[in-house]
Amino acid sequence: MTDLIPVLSDEELREINAEIAHVPVPAAVAIDALKIVQAHRGWVSDESLQAIARHLEMSAEELEGVATFYNLIFRRPVGENVILLCNSISCWIKGCDKLQAKISAQLGIALGETTPDNRYTLLPVTCLGACDKAPVMMVGEELHENISEQGLGDVFGEDGG
Amino acid sequence: MPVIRIDGVEYEVEAGGNLLEATLGLGLDLPYFCWHPAMGSIGACRQCAVVQYLDEESEQAGRGRIVMGCMTPVTDGAIFSLGGDRAQQFREAIVESLMLNHPHDCPVCAEGGECHLQDMTVMVGHRDRHYRGRKNTHRNQYLGPLIHHEMNRCITCYRCTRYYRDYAGGTDLAALASRDHIYFGRHQEGVLQSEFAGNLVEVCPTGVFTDRILVHDYTRKWDLQSAPSVCTGCAVGCNTLPGERYGRLKRVHNRYNVEVNGYFLCDRGRFGAGFVNSDKRLEYPGLRREDGRYDALDHHRALQQLQAACNQGNLAGIGSPRTSVEANFLLRTLVGPDNFSPGFADSEQPLVNLALQLQQDSPAVTPDLRSIESADAVLVLGEDVTNTAPRIALALRQSVRNRAYAMAADLGLETWQDAAIRNLAQDERSPLYITAPGDTPLDDVAAGTDRLAPQDIACLGQAVAASIAGDSNEAGQDRAAEIAAALAGAQRPLVVSGTGCASGEVMQAAAAVANALCTAGRQAMLCLAVPEANSLGQALLCGADAPDFSALQQRAEAGEVDTLLVLENDLYRRGDGDRIDRLLAAFKRVIVLDGLDNATTSSADLVLPAASFAESEGTLVSLEGRAQRHFPVFPPPAERRPAWVWLLACLKELEREEAGSLHHFDDITRACAAAIPGLSGIPAAAPDHHFRNAGVKIPRQTHRYSGRTAMRADVSVHEPKQPQDEESALAFTMEGLNRAQPGSLLPYVWSPGWNSNQSLHKFQGEVGGPLKGGTAGVRLLQPGSGPVVSGSTGPEPFRAEDGQWQLVPRQKIFGSEELSALSPGIDELVTPAFVELGSADAESLGVADGDGLELGDGLARLELRINDCIPAGCAGFAAGHAGAENLQPLARVTLRRAEGWQRREPQIIGSDGGGGND
Amino acid sequence: MSGALPVLDRPLTRNVRADRSPTDMAAYEANGGYRGLRAALAMSAADCLQVLKDSNLRGRGGAGFPTGMKWSFVPMGDACSPGHKYLICNADEMEPGTFKDRLLMECDPHQLVEGMICAAYTLQADVAYIFIRAEYHKATRLLQEAIDACKAKGYLGDNILGSGYNLEMHVHSSAGRYICGEETALISSLEGKRANPRAKPPFPQVSGLWGRPTIVNNVETLCNVHHIIERGADWFQSLGLTADAGTKLYGVSGRVKNPGCWELPMGTPVREIIEEYAGGMEEGYQLRGFLPGGGSTDFLTVEHLDLAMDYDTIGKAGSRMGTGTMIILDDKTCPVGFVKNLTEFFAQESCGFCTPCRDGLPWSAQVLDDIEHGRGLPEDMDTLQRQVAFIGAIGNTHCALAPGAMEPIQSALKYFREDFERHIDGGSCPYCDGGNS
Repeated sequence: MTDLIPVLSDEELREINAEIAHVPVPAAVAIDALKIVQAHRGWVSDESLQAIARHLEMSAEELEGVATFYNLIFRRPVGENVILLCNSISCWIKGCDKLQAKISAQLGIALGETTPDNRYTLLPVTCLGACDKAPVMMVGEELHENISEQGLGDVFGEDGG
Repeated sequence: MPVIRIDGVEYEVEAGGNLLEATLGLGLDLPYFCWHPAMGSIGACRQCAVVQYLDEESEQAGRGRIVMGCMTPVTDGAIFSLGGDRAQQFREAIVESLMLNHPHDCPVCAEGGECHLQDMTVMVGHRDRHYRGRKNTHRNQYLGPLIHHEMNRCITCYRCTRYYRDYAGGTDLAALASRDHIYFGRHQEGVLQSEFAGNLVEVCPTGVFTDRILVHDYTRKWDLQSAPSVCTGCAVGCNTLPGERYGRLKRVHNRYNVEVNGYFLCDRGRFGAGFVNSDKRLEYPGLRREDGRYDALDHHRALQQLQAACNQGNLAGIGSPRTSVEANFLLRTLVGPDNFSPGFADSEQPLVNLALQLQQDSPAVTPDLRSIESADAVLVLGEDVTNTAPRIALALRQSVRNRAYAMAADLGLETWQDAAIRNLAQDERSPLYITAPGDTPLDDVAAGTDRLAPQDIACLGQAVAASIAGDSNEAGQDRAAEIAAALAGAQRPLVVSGTGCASGEVMQAAAAVANALCTAGRQAMLCLAVPEANSLGQALLCGADAPDFSALQQRAEAGEVDTLLVLENDLYRRGDGDRIDRLLAAFKRVIVLDGLDNATTSSADLVLPAASFAESEGTLVSLEGRAQRHFPVFPPPAERRPAWVWLLACLKELEREEAGSLHHFDDITRACAAAIPGLSGIPAAAPDHHFRNAGVKIPRQTHRYSGRTAMRADVSVHEPKQPQDEESALAFTMEGLNRAQPGSLLPYVWSPGWNSNQSLHKFQGEVGGPLKGGTAGVRLLQPGSGPVVSGSTGPEPFRAEDGQWQLVPRQKIFGSEELSALSPGIDELVTPAFVELGSADAESLGVADGDGLELGDGLARLELRINDCIPAGCAGFAAGHAGAENLQPLARVTLRRAEGWQRREPQIIGSDGGGGND
Repeated sequence: MSGALPVLDRPLTRNVRADRSPTDMAAYEANGGYRGLRAALAMSAADCLQVLKDSNLRGRGGAGFPTGMKWSFVPMGDACSPGHKYLICNADEMEPGTFKDRLLMECDPHQLVEGMICAAYTLQADVAYIFIRAEYHKATRLLQEAIDACKAKGYLGDNILGSGYNLEMHVHSSAGRYICGEETALISSLEGKRANPRAKPPFPQVSGLWGRPTIVNNVETLCNVHHIIERGADWFQSLGLTADAGTKLYGVSGRVKNPGCWELPMGTPVREIIEEYAGGMEEGYQLRGFLPGGGSTDFLTVEHLDLAMDYDTIGKAGSRMGTGTMIILDDKTCPVGFVKNLTEFFAQESCGFCTPCRDGLPWSAQVLDDIEHGRGLPEDMDTLQRQVAFIGAIGNTHCALAPGAMEPIQSALKYFREDFERHIDGGSCPYCDGGNS
């Protein structure tokens, strides 16, 4: 059985252990560790979660409780680029619903879905703190401000992704 | 004591409590969900809302604010309104909110009729639903054979995870997701790992976690007939409430005893009584024919046979540590003390006697479980209590929290402020040191664990004792000094040991530590676990000089005795097969009284079917020396009789003088108390059969017990007369009064408006306090003043021998105990017998995990588990498991690879293939 | 940025450039940076605290609690049991309509770090965390760079500038969830747990992170600390126009010509902020109302435009200044849809701990959705009113999230009741072609 246990990469372990160094108990870095592994693997699979839990000396249940609490820990696969479309109030006033419909039409995916070519996953997100530039969205780590329906092509390419 | 005002009435209440407990203690109804008397407050459900007023002026003006009763300390002069409109409307709104997603499935819900959510819904008056949205739904998980999961019913009170994780130390159940999508479950489907998971059934205020055995053979609470009982799964003596219908034991619930089990049982206790329904139960007496088959007899003819056999021969008897004092006393009376063996294995008998003697002699207090919870430093020597006396482990888990309570007290927090205290103390714990011949399930809360061979455990214990006494500062005993300092620095140090690792030296070392603490002026406690429900009672009854099996065999071989009566005891579990064959062969006649078909009944010439604990009255003496009475939940069917009934009838048939004055069960108890000084207190364990509660008997059936006529309608439409109980104050009917009687006579908890087990507070003087009618049981042991021996260095250190391994017992909650292992559900959790070795030892033998090992010269062939917690030179073995009967604890045996061993297929996690409403 | 104020009068944004490019260590120091730190280290912690108290600095995260008083509950010296003391910067900016802390962190990260070192020194905390929301990647990177630069300069680490005072500082990037902005939930999250808020008492000042004394303050609050210590309480008091001292980052979003965020004297009138700084309403839009300080504050309307934006004045008007970032409701946006959007946000962001919030908010959102989509019934107005009473009071719930969520609903029912009724009576949204409904 032992060879079936998925392991964390050296790089992941190095990053997680650096976090563990300044907390009282390993389990305290649960969120950091999930984010580190997600940064490397795109999402947190059951196997990844179990491996992290083992490393942090906590049960898979305890870690699952944490992982499923936070909306930016992905427990299902996501595309190469996650689109976080702000749907909070200022962006709503400025038409984020229509924008979302446009993106969905352009990429052929509803909220929560991933394009068949695995390039994009579309997710709603709470206020991105750029309300003066509404509507806004993030693609990967990049913030796009004052997006217009016409401007979407610049973000996703004219072919729609 | 503070005086508070509730709705204009002044009440004096306990200082330091919260308003909810105070209110319930006053007998007022205030609904709640997340608060639990054993787990304190977190303020999650917001159900116990009341209005608090700043002063009288604001009370008159109606300017108060809503506060949660469970989070509000009672302070002198505080003014509250429970019954005012605002508080009532708020509480109704809470239930309405909880009901948004709650299914309307009460009729098919196993909780129905004893559902706290139902009760609270009625209490707040919520009736009409305003919400028009859809309900959230969830998938359920398979959580093992014992617990049924139905997440849609969840009201997110967090009691389950607070109990499972915070209280019981389980790690495989968690709150997942968030907002109104919260899910209480496992990471993946599978058996809940905690030995105390079954309490979820009672902790959950609705039907999310229900008793899976009950769900598949269902009866509502109001249709159960139940009686106060005592668990026979181990020696702790937890108080239970078994419930019966149609002659089948349906389930076991906790029966509150403030000094013993409190609110919780272990899963062996909760689910381990299913053997009562086994198809291996005997219903008719059997007389062996020459061809080896048995003829069934009625009880008259069986009695004649018994009488004839007794008249023919010189009698010897083997009693049973798993049955009542009274039955053992009668058999001992019948055969005479010199011919009566208590029924322990030969190696076990001196251990149990030693456990008794050490407790009688030691000036240390023998603690009840509540006292164990109060310990602020604990040393466990050699005993894996989670697997031998499980409820003690749960108590020890609470004891390590005393450090947190001390920190909380510094900040002025009360003990019920549960979440605050956990946040404050985090992983700070009172010291618990565990020394055992392997890992134990309590290790996660231990300050230190030492995995040692039994001899070395004894050495360490003696070194601790010496260190406390200031006698020793040997190099290499840093650990002993550390443990000694922790114990000596505590207010209420506790030493726990027992017969579990089969070493008297270990128990002596434990007593030495406790005695040294007493000498040093500490209020020390000494808890020694013994194996079975009445082990200690048997030791008290028989004394240290009682003959063991070898002695009886010698007497039989010498022709002094020729007829053996065996009482509720499968001898083949207490010695290797050849040895027991020789013992039985030494007698001309073997008569066995027992409940279940086993190897011993199969060797008998005459078998008499004995009633189980659930069909019989009896007194059991627990490991703390508490005598407790169990009462029949239902009358035994067919020709099955309580063992005491068979034996008393036999004594009377024989016209024995001792039986002349014995008419009732109580007479036997009193006769035993008169004859045996150590048992003189047992009549006080419960009121006798003359007792009446306000002039009437106490009903075993609820007011709503239904369908009594229909139950037998397939046989006859005429309802038979209900059985009469001549032996106790309880009745097999619904008539009578179930209120404020002595705790030993509480057959179920119910109070108007409180159909669930939460009605318990109506039977308590104050929440979490003793039952109004008093605590069940009577303590027989007092601290001794006796010889405080010190200076012993214990045995020689353990030395591993080439080619020989010392067998150390590895106890398992499921599997090591005989009867529970036969119960449905638990039988699925019992693993095949195993042997455990450290990886170095396994490597030296060239074997791997899952291989077979042959122990000794054909003593056993067992599956190997690699466990690096097993000390080198030792081999753990599955104590009490089928296939390991021939293994003698602490014996040295050879090990070699078993030839032709078939490795087991890896086990696939079970899925819920069962029926019911899965 | 508006250049209307003299440089000295806007301490928080003096290093904020028009292109929002970050100020590095050299530029920060060249403009007087880390002078406040030196000033603080030259004083006793007790004296620093006294200056803070005298300054009347109030928490900029939304609640407006006096910072000096909050800090005074932290056990000091021998009164504190041995062990760590923590300072946490709440940089989990997620209140809908709020975009001020991002500006401070992205444009002037050293200002926050310096403020935190001074605050930690005042509290004698030895570990500081910046709890920052996950989506603020740029700010996270800049703050880490600032911390590293400080370590290199001896402003962080052991024996800071020879003072004998030690402080380590870490940036913790969160993983989402609005509730992490609640200070005790933030502490739970920083411990690696589910971000459930904690019951008070005990307050974090005595039992916070890992059970140790802890102070959690907002970014903007902490950015003020070293300025106050350096320049004194009187200077700080003199910055405000009303009783509440200092400057404040005010923001406006919605259908205005020039949405944005400006540092202005505390107590600047609402009208001035909206009409002068935000440039007034977009062409073709009229102002109907506004949330003064984020999504969890009560609506105010045109009649309140001349009020001073400070804690007490806005509080007396029946709302809260909150974060000071206003969200404008215009005449073409459906008030029901507006409130529904906010309520769905809060329902989604409930941690799920207590009943009124977990189950009450989704119900409110459901009712609003029914009304917005023409499925509303007259009795739904009663249901909403009941929910407001049930959920809306502090103390009814475990934390302040749900009562905050009720503020826009209760005030919308007060000011825009006819809009709700038109939806119900007409069976559809009268705004459905305009706005975003």
